[in-house]
Amino acid sequence: MAFAAFGSNANPVEQAPRRKSWIAWVLLVPGLAYLALFFLTPFVSLILTSFQEPVEFGDVGQFQAAFKWENYTAVIQQYWPHFLRAFGYAIAATFFALLISYPLAYFIGVKARRWPLLQALMLTLVIAPFFISFLLRTLAWKQLMSDDAPLVTALKQLTILPADGHLTGTAFSVIFGLTYNFIPFMTLPIYTTLERLDTRYIEAGSDLYASPATTFWKVTVPLSMPGIVSGTLLTFIPASGDYINASASFLGSAQTQMVGNVIEANFLGLLNYPAASALSVLLMAIILVIVAVYVKRSGTEDLL
Amino acid sequence: MRFSLGKWLLPLYAALALVFLLIPIVYTFVFSFNASVKSNIVWVGFTLDNWLNVCKAQGVCAAFGTSILVGVVATLVATALGTLMAIALARYRFKARSAISLLLFLPMATPEIVLGAGLAAQFLSAGIPKGLGTIIIAHALFCLSFVVVTVKARVASLDPALEEAGRDLYGSPAQVFWKITFPLLLPGITAAALLSFALSFDDFIITRFNNGGVETFPVFVYTAAAKGMPPEANVIASAVFLFALVLVIISQTTAAARRKRLAKIG
Repeated sequence: MAFAAFGSNANPVEQAPRRKSWIAWVLLVPGLAYLALFFLTPFVSLILTSFQEPVEFGDVGQFQAAFKWENYTAVIQQYWPHFLRAFGYAIAATFFALLISYPLAYFIGVKARRWPLLQALMLTLVIAPFFISFLLRTLAWKQLMSDDAPLVTALKQLTILPADGHLTGTAFSVIFGLTYNFIPFMTLPIYTTLERLDTRYIEAGSDLYASPATTFWKVTVPLSMPGIVSGTLLTFIPASGDYINASASFLGSAQTQMVGNVIEANFLGLLNYPAASALSVLLMAIILVIVAVYVKRSGTEDLL
Repeated sequence: MRFSLGKWLLPLYAALALVFLLIPIVYTFVFSFNASVKSNIVWVGFTLDNWLNVCKAQGVCAAFGTSILVGVVATLVATALGTLMAIALARYRFKARSAISLLLFLPMATPEIVLGAGLAAQFLSAGIPKGLGTIIIAHALFCLSFVVVTVKARVASLDPALEEAGRDLYGSPAQVFWKITFPLLLPGITAAALLSFALSFDDFIITRFNNGGVETFPVFVYTAAAKGMPPEANVIASAVFLFALVLVIISQTTAAARRKRLAKIG
């Protein structure tokens, strides 16, 4: 899996430099041209579109080049709650996914080493959700949490949920869905670092009379930090831009809309391309800042 | 290690986490046998009809076919471009190397919705009508970085002595590449191609911004989610799941067998 490579900063064999670097450029040019044409230029288009203004007396969806920076203040004023929700939900989902994934990855990567077959089986089960449609998985949760599902009835009988309460359409169900959908992205990178963890370090910790908890926090966690950083990024970034879980036809409602939902609504529904573009640029900018600060603070710059 | 905590609690926790991951998969599979009429929400009764007449539901098979077509073409494009880039990045030292690595990392760090909206804005301003072509362009783009990462790891672990031996034995550069380098890279390239097909097949967000009315399987599911899901969608998803699972099991058992064989030789 790509995540294995993504999660590791190991460069197995540093090979001798080759002099014929023109060959490298011949190999690189087609891919670079593709990225320039369909990755970098779209960014420029997005920024240009975000400053456009409506054509005077034009139809809906007709815009012309301009430098209308008010588009940004307008979307911030109108949609700041959506930004808060997007990042709030994404942070919560990242936290819960880590809580579920770390012990799972630890078991597969360290405890199950003695049984390679069990290890392989468990890894297959971790990636199994990738093989079934993301949308259908989310819909399955919607149905399992719907108002007349046994789960909701049981929760109501236990008075955990008030009689008129719902599970779907709430912040809970959206965070739940995001957590579920990104667990494999969290588990795999953590697994790849823990799998290489030398257990003699843990033994050394207990030999030096450290409690298991101290050994865990002072030895195991720091050694698995590259995996934790990759996993949290692979969860946080897509989760903050997601709009499926929060959409009303899946696990959300009008009260749980995230930035992704309003980008989609503005771009594809209202045909307000400048607003959708301004929102996208803001989302990307905030994510880049958060990721840069996070990577700096966790001291794993060399990962990038 | 004297982990009394880890003795029972940890395996139990791991097992529960895996069960949690499997719940919606089992649900989707079970409801593919539901004899539902309009929407596949309430269990009506067991039937094999959905599996035997998958294409009965309007548009399911066409959408599935479109997804396969998009996945194959996008995978071919991404794998070809990505493999070349991976070889260049792993094998040669040049000035712009780290800048190019960053450029390849960025699409993976960009939320899908921003990639999708960016491409859509570009197609809009260039006046390119959205359709099958734009979906394929978009899919090959987000697969490209994953291909490079996967193949690069394989190139980096390749022993250069093997190629040197080929050259020492008077093999031409083309012979060395096709007889030695390429076969050794093939497992990495195959893994990259499978990964990019899987990514393309399940993509919804980027497709949604660039499909212009063309229905891939996830687009079909999204539209059906609002107006009632036919159980045939569950059939296709379950069939794809089983197929992928068999593929993974085969690849893991052959890898295990190869390790055993190598261990014997060693």
